[in-house]
Amino acid sequence: MHERAGYAICHYVTDFIETAVGPVPRVATSPTLSDRLQTMAARSGLSRDNYPVTPGLYCVGNPDRDAPVLASANFKLSFDHLRWSLAGEDGWLLVLDTRGINVWCAAGKGTFATEELVRSVRACGLEKLVGHRQLIVPQLGAPGVSGLQVKKECGFKVTFGPIRAADLPKFLAKGADEEMREATFSLGERAVLIPVELYLTIKPFFLALLPLFLLAGAGPGFFSLATALERGPVLIGATLLGIGAGAILVPLLLPLLPGRQFWIKGLITGLGSGGLYWYLLSGGVSLAEGVAILSWCTAIASYLGMNFTGTTPFTSPSGVEYEMRRGIPLQISLAMAAVVCWLLASFLGGRS
Amino acid sequence: MKKMRYINERASLALDQERCIGCGRCVTVCPHRVVALEGDKAGIVDFNGCIECGACANNCPTLAISVTPGTGCAAYIIAEWVNKLAGRKIMSGCC
Repeated sequence: MHERAGYAICHYVTDFIETAVGPVPRVATSPTLSDRLQTMAARSGLSRDNYPVTPGLYCVGNPDRDAPVLASANFKLSFDHLRWSLAGEDGWLLVLDTRGINVWCAAGKGTFATEELVRSVRACGLEKLVGHRQLIVPQLGAPGVSGLQVKKECGFKVTFGPIRAADLPKFLAKGADEEMREATFSLGERAVLIPVELYLTIKPFFLALLPLFLLAGAGPGFFSLATALERGPVLIGATLLGIGAGAILVPLLLPLLPGRQFWIKGLITGLGSGGLYWYLLSGGVSLAEGVAILSWCTAIASYLGMNFTGTTPFTSPSGVEYEMRRGIPLQISLAMAAVVCWLLASFLGGRS
Repeated sequence: MKKMRYINERASLALDQERCIGCGRCVTVCPHRVVALEGDKAGIVDFNGCIECGACANNCPTLAISVTPGTGCAAYIIAEWVNKLAGRKIMSGCC
């Protein structure tokens, strides 16, 4: 009865309940196969930038006028975390339009914000739907949502809920405790981010292939295709190892790597991977070529390690800018040293 | 997060205890437990844990706590630099 020409009902909607503000979709509180496949596509980076749910009002269980109202972002991974944590609960879900961005990033950018929350409350007629005047907003939405301002503008009192949706049942039953208010960054939480980190390197990697190929073939006879084909793989190997060291090893080993600054952490994994590569190739490269691949691998790993700052929940903008002013000049120097050493090796011979 | 720490002495966080009314909103929203209530006033108990997210300042009723909020993301900062140099938006960072 809720079918309309030209519209499709989302697979996670089980049915609709009739309310004072019209029919509200009720969503499933456990993942389907289709949810899981879509999560994998988003986590791999393929669909991460285009994975929204339609903003508006949803519900779980059998909510009444006293049921809690929980706000979320219209990024489907955020929405899924919320509904899957609410098995057995009754509640209203108010999904804000954050342009498909998660709560934390949207709060920082001002889309998960006071204005949008107030607009959503009004747009779905929340004051007619529920008898109480309370909104539960994720704690990580606080950089964008001012509880005082929301109260002033629409009469609803904001209660900041836990950081992790998984803590919601405990929060709804007993309120907040200290543990659910503190951000974490466990091995599992870091590992799940690696595919996107790798995905973001695909385009730059392919853009680098032609310059690397030209560099590999450069020599006394200007350019040699045969040399390019023979030596190119050495440079490509160093590039791939640098990517692995920066985008896989830095996230995994994050708390174990020395240094507070991320470009230093990447420098260390880069030196380790590049050094091992040089050792394994030792018969096939000259000293200058060895220095070149080590520098190249380290420059890439340091840069990618530095970029991982944006993915963590414990870096500050002042700190990141501080470390960038130190890391970037070194990364550029290393990359230039790599090119110079490689060309020296090619033009002056000395290849073993 | 006591186990993972970032660079010390960089945060722009400041608290004016004269203005603080001890409502505890900053304590609730801080994701790194940087502020805590000490008697009837908030106090900074872990300055170096601050990530400048701005949650505390955004929810302070008396403007007692201040911070320059932003994103601790190198890709985003590079995009900002590039866009400033170019005079228009040509990079968007990653999220």
